[in-house]
Amino acid sequence: MKFFKSKALWLVGCLAIAGVFVAADHIDAPAVSGGPTDITDLYVFQSPENSNNLVFAANIQGLLDPVTSATATFDPNSMLEFNIDNDGDNVEDLVIQCFYENDQLWVYGPAAPKTVGTQSRPITDADNISTSITAYNSTPSIAQGNGMKAFAGPRDDPFFFDFTQYTAILDGNATGFNNPGNDTFAGTNVLSTVVEVPKSMLGGSGTLNVWVEAKRK
Amino acid sequence: MINCIKFKGLSYALILTITLLGFSCDKDEMDKAGPDPDAVYIQEDQTARPAINTVFNATSADKNMFNVTPPSQQSAAFATDFTSRLNALNPGYTQNALGLDDATFTGLLATDVLNVSTTGTTTFFDGTNVLTGRTLSDDVIDVELLLIFGGADGMANPGLTSDNVSSNDKAFSSTFPYLASPH
Repeated sequence: MKFFKSKALWLVGCLAIAGVFVAADHIDAPAVSGGPTDITDLYVFQSPENSNNLVFAANIQGLLDPVTSATATFDPNSMLEFNIDNDGDNVEDLVIQCFYENDQLWVYGPAAPKTVGTQSRPITDADNISTSITAYNSTPSIAQGNGMKAFAGPRDDPFFFDFTQYTAILDGNATGFNNPGNDTFAGTNVLSTVVEVPKSMLGGSGTLNVWVEAKRK
Repeated sequence: MINCIKFKGLSYALILTITLLGFSCDKDEMDKAGPDPDAVYIQEDQTARPAINTVFNATSADKNMFNVTPPSQQSAAFATDFTSRLNALNPGYTQNALGLDDATFTGLLATDVLNVSTTGTTTFFDGTNVLTGRTLSDDVIDVELLLIFGGADGMANPGLTSDNVSSNDKAFSSTFPYLASPH
């Protein structure tokens, strides 16, 4: 029964991918704006819990109000990929791939990618950790294993900026910022993915170059 | 009779097609719910340093293209446009507080990667360390405004070098996953 259910779902998924293109918005980068692969920010910092670890955090779907946040979901056809260059050529040597299938977060790597660049295949030979995607206002569900931790779910947007006034300045409707400013992102949420990794798994000799990519199958 | 066989043949062909389609889409999902090793994921967005695409690409076409250009190719494709954009934002730009002229500064930013230290403090800028990571509480926008508008001594264009929002509206946690619970 489970087999047929999942099979039917997959068929529907395949047909949907073939037949539907992403609707466009006109605020930022129109191809992704507001959609499930629209990244808002990347944070990479030494873990407050353990100085031997680095934390990778990436957020998508910005400006979610509390009502919308309760039903916002990761796209099961999408993945977030943290790219890590550890030899200074700005080409990824390691990736951490995050998948969101069947309400479950799957985190693979860090491991060498199968191919570098704008197309990726899952590094399913690499070690992985997994946990449920945390629902709105639930206690965080945390995957643990291999010295790593991982989380996915709605969080407060940590970004702060008087974006409204910045836009007014650019449009010639203001000559400077207000004091105090007004945080355009106050009271809004994002869908977060947070992965903590031992530094010893990341290579390099003191400095990494990191970026995050949103991809879809 | 002939009609019946024809119909049967057709339905077998249909079943076969559906089965193949299902299998080609995913052959491992029956056993576990993880990703399909043969799936190909195509890039739609990428980011590293905050707000670079938003600030330095002026047109929608450039913003979309920047999101699907690998970092190792971004400087060649975008550095010249970034320099023009910087001088359009601040026509008086000569140098910033890091001592970088326009082409050097935008050449650095056009390769959109976040430099991260694995040996010490991780911050976008904390008064001492520059570009060694990004913590949740870093006031990254003020850093960028200062470097774009503040001139060599950081004193130029005082109305443009801070948005006067210096912290998040919710406190961060000292334990994993660190980001504050949602509103």
